[in-house]
Amino acid sequence: MSDSGSAQAGGALVQPPPEMGGAWMRRQQMGQRLLGRTFLYLVLAVLTVVLVAPLVWMVSASFKPEGYVFEYPPRLIAEQVQWWNYVEAWNQFPFWRSLRNTMTITIGVEAGRLLSASLTAYVFARLRFPGRNALFLLVLSTMMIPYHVVLIPQYILFRELAWLDSFKPLIVPHFFGGGAFFIFLLRQFFMTIPRDYDDAARIDGAGTFAILWRIILPMSKPALATVAIFTFMAEWNDFLAPLIYLNSQEKYTLAIAIRQWQQVAVWGAGAYVPPTWNAIMAMATVLTIPPVVLFFFTQRYFIQRVVISGSK
Amino acid sequence: MFWKRSLSLQARETRDAYIGLLPFLLGFVIFTAGPLIYSFYLSFTRYDILSAPRWSGFENYARMASADETLWQSLRVTVIYTMVAVPVQVIVGYAMALLLNLKVKGLSFWRTAFYMPAVVPAMAVAYVFSWMLQSDVGLLNQSLRAIGLPGPKWFGDPNWVLAAFILMSAWAVGGTLLLYLSALQGVPTELYDASKVDGANAWRRFLNVTLPMTSPVIFFVFLTGMIGTFQVFTVAFVTTNGGPGEASLFYLLYLYRTGWEYLQMGYAAAMAWLLFVILLVITLLSLRLSRTTVFYEGAQE
Repeated sequence: MSDSGSAQAGGALVQPPPEMGGAWMRRQQMGQRLLGRTFLYLVLAVLTVVLVAPLVWMVSASFKPEGYVFEYPPRLIAEQVQWWNYVEAWNQFPFWRSLRNTMTITIGVEAGRLLSASLTAYVFARLRFPGRNALFLLVLSTMMIPYHVVLIPQYILFRELAWLDSFKPLIVPHFFGGGAFFIFLLRQFFMTIPRDYDDAARIDGAGTFAILWRIILPMSKPALATVAIFTFMAEWNDFLAPLIYLNSQEKYTLAIAIRQWQQVAVWGAGAYVPPTWNAIMAMATVLTIPPVVLFFFTQRYFIQRVVISGSK
Repeated sequence: MFWKRSLSLQARETRDAYIGLLPFLLGFVIFTAGPLIYSFYLSFTRYDILSAPRWSGFENYARMASADETLWQSLRVTVIYTMVAVPVQVIVGYAMALLLNLKVKGLSFWRTAFYMPAVVPAMAVAYVFSWMLQSDVGLLNQSLRAIGLPGPKWFGDPNWVLAAFILMSAWAVGGTLLLYLSALQGVPTELYDASKVDGANAWRRFLNVTLPMTSPVIFFVFLTGMIGTFQVFTVAFVTTNGGPGEASLFYLLYLYRTGWEYLQMGYAAAMAWLLFVILLVITLLSLRLSRTTVFYEGAQE
């Protein structure tokens, strides 16, 4: 940077000798390049700070005493560090039970989706049968139907089945196909596995579904992991469906329970103490940590999803 | 002998295929097609869940078209939000990816930092922003005041509340990054070399090579972005629940209220169908538009 600076500033005074022209030009070009690069990294750094700041402040506020949450200029670490904001918050509502509910639902959905999406994907990737193209088009077309359009009739259906206020409406549908996007993703992956493996197993006497179970699935761990990770993310974030289907507090998922705690408390109903911002930030941090940590350690699967499916 | 055996093999394959597809087909009928048809029927009824649905003809649709000011408000809110949030997603996300595609050092570090907000749960986003955007004591307004700018009341001001939502969605713009980066990295270098030989400068190379080659992905982000913004629920429910007044009453928020708070399931079903039709029209229009504006490599001219 100093190179280009001096070359420009002193350009008029110190003309390079003609025989030095090439080297001087090169040096000036390198200088400009360095300037450009510095600017580029500056922009990236500013963007990073802007994007990460809200998360840093969230965590920072979750450890502050109440009076310091709106302190300005803000300090990253307040005079007192108060880790019991967390304990206080989860003592005010059934935190662990809600967490267990979320995990139960997630495990159920994972099982249903991994099994049934890979079964469906396998049929489309490997078997030849009349109606295959039309049925695959049907699978893809279900991607076009937003969940919210079928929400009301599904609700009525589950009400008829007396499944309301249970985890069943949130889990059972995932055993029936597992979702078009995941079928598509797994099919794309299965198609990259050479058929020689199937043939070898078939010669050994394996049937159609034994090949899926013993050959294809063990070779598809990266794709299955991708499905599992995105399912976890979706279930952890899910809000509207548990809000509609779960009525009693013992059944609440973590997101719903936190919302209930924050809302009822803010309105000052019952024996609740209104939660303070540091406590709310503590719960926001608790909600944020699992997906962010998962993302940190499984980034290659996020990238893989884009590579396999050609879409997000 | 031989043909008979091969026929039975094919028959067995077909049988296995349909056995394998059985769960999907059942699910399609029970959880997708059936509900879709049933909700169409419900949209012509009055239904409060407690008593059986009563046929009411076009009453719901007539009410939507003329009598329900709130429905139009919720559409207005959703459309305004979409019209700002989606271009921001498309353009800012693309610009970020372009920066990261300049052979920067530490690519995975920057990528992680930019993408991270996109994996933060909507609930946490809602809480963090309602705290940072507090009108008097929030971090953002205090900072604005420190440099002499008056901060708006954000969630408390009907004229600014959507800006606060757009800010939240802009924060998570990195969610488009991986898609864009993989598209940019897929542009064949020969094209750049050829363009360089033709004497094109960096800007022309961008316009003539990068942009057309990555246009399918830009289009995809645009389309999925719109489908997403039409289905905003959690952040709005948690931060403002539609307020102040009805200034942030997103479409789904109103649908939820209609169905589960006012127990007007018939009307809510009609609203769901309207949403379906809107998204279908957006998709079809976009696909049509894409035929003239998006370059698909290997496609027939």
